[in-house]
Amino acid sequence: MDIIVVGLNHRTAPIEIREKLSISDAQLREALIRLKSCHGIDEGVILSTCNRVEVCAVVQQVQTGFQRIKEFFEDHHTGLSPEEWNASLYLYSADEAIRHLFRVASSLDSMVIGEPQVLGQLKDAFDTAMHQKATGIILNKVFRKAISVAKRVRTETKIAENAVSISFAAVELAKKVFGRLEGKEALLVGAGEMAELAVRHLVDNGVGKVMITTRNFDNAIDLAKRFNGIPLRLEEFPRYLAESDILICSTGASHYVITEEHIRQAIQRRKNRPVFLIDISVPRNIDPHVNRIDNVFLYDIDDLQLIVESNLEGRQKEALKAEEIVSEELTAMNKWLKSLEVVPTITALRTKADEIRRVELNKFLSKLGGLTPEQRETIEGLAASIVNKLLHSPLVVLKDEARSENGALYADAVRRLFNLDKDLPHHPHRASSEKEDDADPGEEKV
Amino acid sequence: MSSLFSKITIVCYFLGTLSFLAYLLAGKKESFSRFSLYTTGIGFAFHTVTLITGMIEKGYVSLTLLSDAMDFFAWSLVMVFLLVEFRFRIHVLGSFVLPIALVALLSGAVLPTEIQSPDTAMHMAWVYIHTALALLGAVGFAIAFLVGVMYLIQERLLKSKQFNNLYNKLPSLDILDDLNQKAVILGFSFLTTGIIIGAWGAGKVSGWYWDPREVFSLAIWLFYLIVLHGRITVGWRAKKAAYLAIIGFIGVVFSFVGVDLIWKGQHSFL
Repeated sequence: MDIIVVGLNHRTAPIEIREKLSISDAQLREALIRLKSCHGIDEGVILSTCNRVEVCAVVQQVQTGFQRIKEFFEDHHTGLSPEEWNASLYLYSADEAIRHLFRVASSLDSMVIGEPQVLGQLKDAFDTAMHQKATGIILNKVFRKAISVAKRVRTETKIAENAVSISFAAVELAKKVFGRLEGKEALLVGAGEMAELAVRHLVDNGVGKVMITTRNFDNAIDLAKRFNGIPLRLEEFPRYLAESDILICSTGASHYVITEEHIRQAIQRRKNRPVFLIDISVPRNIDPHVNRIDNVFLYDIDDLQLIVESNLEGRQKEALKAEEIVSEELTAMNKWLKSLEVVPTITALRTKADEIRRVELNKFLSKLGGLTPEQRETIEGLAASIVNKLLHSPLVVLKDEARSENGALYADAVRRLFNLDKDLPHHPHRASSEKEDDADPGEEKV
Repeated sequence: MSSLFSKITIVCYFLGTLSFLAYLLAGKKESFSRFSLYTTGIGFAFHTVTLITGMIEKGYVSLTLLSDAMDFFAWSLVMVFLLVEFRFRIHVLGSFVLPIALVALLSGAVLPTEIQSPDTAMHMAWVYIHTALALLGAVGFAIAFLVGVMYLIQERLLKSKQFNNLYNKLPSLDILDDLNQKAVILGFSFLTTGIIIGAWGAGKVSGWYWDPREVFSLAIWLFYLIVLHGRITVGWRAKKAAYLAIIGFIGVVFSFVGVDLIWKGQHSFL
């Protein structure tokens, strides 16, 4: 019984390969059924996002497990020859597999460290797998743990703090001027993906009214529909400058569309209420001298880029702390996983029974006193016989189930029924199995 | 007893000042923030007890000594800060308030505290109320002053694009400007009531006779009236409002301390 992960992500495979191997939501159920039916795979979860496609499974044997999942990918997509994507696959097992899962959930493996989407995607993948009954006792526990690790990382580190996109950096800056954006008015001059994203973020953060002007008035009307805004003709926008608290400029013009004079007049009419200007156009469309006017705050694309870079650096630092949390949680997870192995459970059960027998015998033998060696032997024999008879059938069942997919379930039940986890014996088998884990060939990316 | 409490208060405010300054300079947002708030809170509790036990020990309310006035000023300043902290969560304000409160408290402690006879004209109820209101007014203007300083710092950081730790800790310009206005309104209301009660009381005792403190207080009252009016009518907000709050408070400090140093009159603190 081992946990393995087979997959590829944005670092190991280009989009051409990822898109071919990706499994859509519609295909997911069928894929899970197929995965579960593979021989030697006891449990499985499929995570497919735009940046990664991976399968996490509980298998009976690591190497055959890897092979089965590769075959699963081949079956899923026949258009590509396996050679094309085999080199992009990473294969993890045991510790490394769990660590990988924890890192993915905590967004440490993401393209933008700390981005929040991947955790939701992982939750969905797990939920679907659970509904398809593709998961069992082990993956249920591992995925729930991965989700809680991700939450811990989010609350204990600042990995998700501060904007790492230009458009969001603009929103954060605006909040440093205005505090709350509710009821503020924004004016978008020009269009462009980044400018539209910034407006979208502003609206999401409470900006009430959006006015939009572009060189082509029809474009302005289209955009205005999307943001529930008001389209303006290019020549009339200066009249609305005084009304707008936030101005985003992104036109293709090669000259200053907004001059110092424009803003001076606007500020005067605004009675000194601050105004926040973002110029994302290159060449710049707002005269940089505008920033000299009191209560005017102007930022260009370089300023925003600088914020993004320093925030990314901050996230990298926080990621180190997050890795520590992941390692810590991995140790706890391993402890539980080890407890699910059948052989140490049998040993623990025997040890516990023997211990009880010994203690009770000593207690009663000293109470009785003055027994002949024969009498003593008889009583000891009686105790041993009761213990052995009682343990016989649980031990037989445990041994029978050791190789079946229910082994972990029985081991867990026995441990709980007999309260074996209080003092887990340090059995030589456990030590050797740990060594095997460390030396597992599946650790390296292939 | 009250002297022991006042010593504990001083130690707490001292630790509060140190930790608030450490918070201001520290790289991380949360370093020292708990400790500074706890020491300040404990200090404020002891301060309150000190004022009450002091009153009980003396047997009368004492606000007419400059040392008492300073003590009361420090106490109200910290109280207003704690209220602002719980309402608006502007922790960094403590880094500006606590040093001022500590200085006021220490100056109160070193100023003479001779026992006066409680039966002079200065010990009528309206005198206390008048003094307390004037001091509460000063607290409002002090907060406006500190918030104004914070505004100018944050404005400078935003303009020069220095997105450093201080920038992260200081609240947004709008919040600071709003707080400035609220503090001025608070200070102005207290001062207005204080002056009215003072004029009414003085009319019964000695009459209005244009002593330097009265002239200065009226000038300050007029100044803040114009400030508030200017905000609404001609847009004296944002940076301008921050400067005005700073200028105003310099005048307030002079009217409380400076006037006593230059002209020693009937209206002076003893």
